[in-house]
Amino acid sequence: MSANKGEHRFGMVIDLDKCTGCGACSVACMSENNIGTLLDETDKIRSITWLRVYQIDNGKAFPDTQIAFIPRPCQHCEGSHGHHTPCVSVCPATATDYDETTGIVSQIPTRCIGCRYCVGACPYHARYFNWFDVPWPKGAERGLSPFVSPRMRGVVEKCTFCYHRYQRAKNKAFLEGGSVGEKDYQTACTEACPSGAITFGDLNNPKHKVHELAKNPLAFRLLERLGTNTKVYYVSQRDWVQRKLDNYLAGEKLPVKAAS
Amino acid sequence: MTTHEHGQEKRSKADWLLFVVGFILASALGFWLTPTILYAQKAQPFQFSHKLHLGEVGDEGCKACHPFRKDGSFAGIPGVEKCKECHSDDTLGDKPEEKVFVEQYVKKGKEVPWLVYAKQPSCVFFSHAAHAENAGIECTQCHGDHGKTETLRTYEYNRLSTYSRDIWGKSLMGLGSPPNRMKMDSCADCHRENGVRDACFVCHK
Repeated sequence: MSANKGEHRFGMVIDLDKCTGCGACSVACMSENNIGTLLDETDKIRSITWLRVYQIDNGKAFPDTQIAFIPRPCQHCEGSHGHHTPCVSVCPATATDYDETTGIVSQIPTRCIGCRYCVGACPYHARYFNWFDVPWPKGAERGLSPFVSPRMRGVVEKCTFCYHRYQRAKNKAFLEGGSVGEKDYQTACTEACPSGAITFGDLNNPKHKVHELAKNPLAFRLLERLGTNTKVYYVSQRDWVQRKLDNYLAGEKLPVKAAS
Repeated sequence: MTTHEHGQEKRSKADWLLFVVGFILASALGFWLTPTILYAQKAQPFQFSHKLHLGEVGDEGCKACHPFRKDGSFAGIPGVEKCKECHSDDTLGDKPEEKVFVEQYVKKGKEVPWLVYAKQPSCVFFSHAAHAENAGIECTQCHGDHGKTETLRTYEYNRLSTYSRDIWGKSLMGLGSPPNRMKMDSCADCHRENGVRDACFVCHK
């Protein structure tokens, strides 16, 4: 389904059977990307969580209850017909674009006009609007990362696959004359995951782990049948998990993928 | 002759002269007043001669004091620790600026609060490695002949945005070139001319 002729296609494979729902990825993401906490964080509709961990269950009563956690970063949709990323196609300000060389969907908060069209277009709720300026406590600016620019109220932000880390890795490659290796560019959530559920790399590069993992017959994507052609793959042995992450009719069979 | 017909009469030469002189005076006032109101000035902590230092460091040039770190990032303006490699507790020459530096910063172990002319807003990502190492662009192309200057010019900044006047553009008409003009347009123009991608994420973060 890949139409990306670019050099790289950075993506993620998340093993849902390994995920314990600890939330370390979410915390690492917030710390890495200068995401603050609001005065009232009980209002979850206005919380900003680039990588959110959802909890789902199989709907059965004890003792048959099963729970799964779904870490959800931006899915970096490529679109099935050319580059038709939902958010990119609606943005009137060109504040977001699809990078054909990396497959990463960018977000430039300084260019965003705050219309929130993209928030509505995103099928994954991966985009967040800054309803308020973050009430950073005094002195907190000294703890912010200089590699990610903090956002102001009135603009949209989202996961960028830690693009600044790619920029940094490229710097090193320029100086040493090599290319960016798998270990040189890893997202903060991947590094933080204690159970190793998240794997990140270049889906186009056969040397990267994700290349093989994404071919797993049990690998699927969120709302795959929308045709968003995302680059975040999920793996689970449990049928009901896969069933819950796309719109299946009652009694409809799961697609059987040919193992490669 | 009615008043209305009088208004239809041709203007005299004196009228035109008054208009032209008035126009020139108002424009002159505007061109002088606007930057004065908008931009504030700050002096650097003390004077520094790039010319003198560049002569001392030899072939290494700018990189002697402004090197790349091992991880590929650019170190920028050196800390006092770097200066101490030559300037220990005693002054090397007899310049009053050096005396200020040694007594107020080296001996007290304090960093010099230099004002950076080329400092960009936080949303800008600029890779020195990509430009100086990969593309082989000379430092002077963007920073000007900084290495030949004997004094540090006054630092000007925009009162509203607090950004340096250099990056916001001393030449608003777009006629100037770096270091007087380091706006996004200048970056994008050069990228386009050289066939380098100019997508948002190339230079923004």
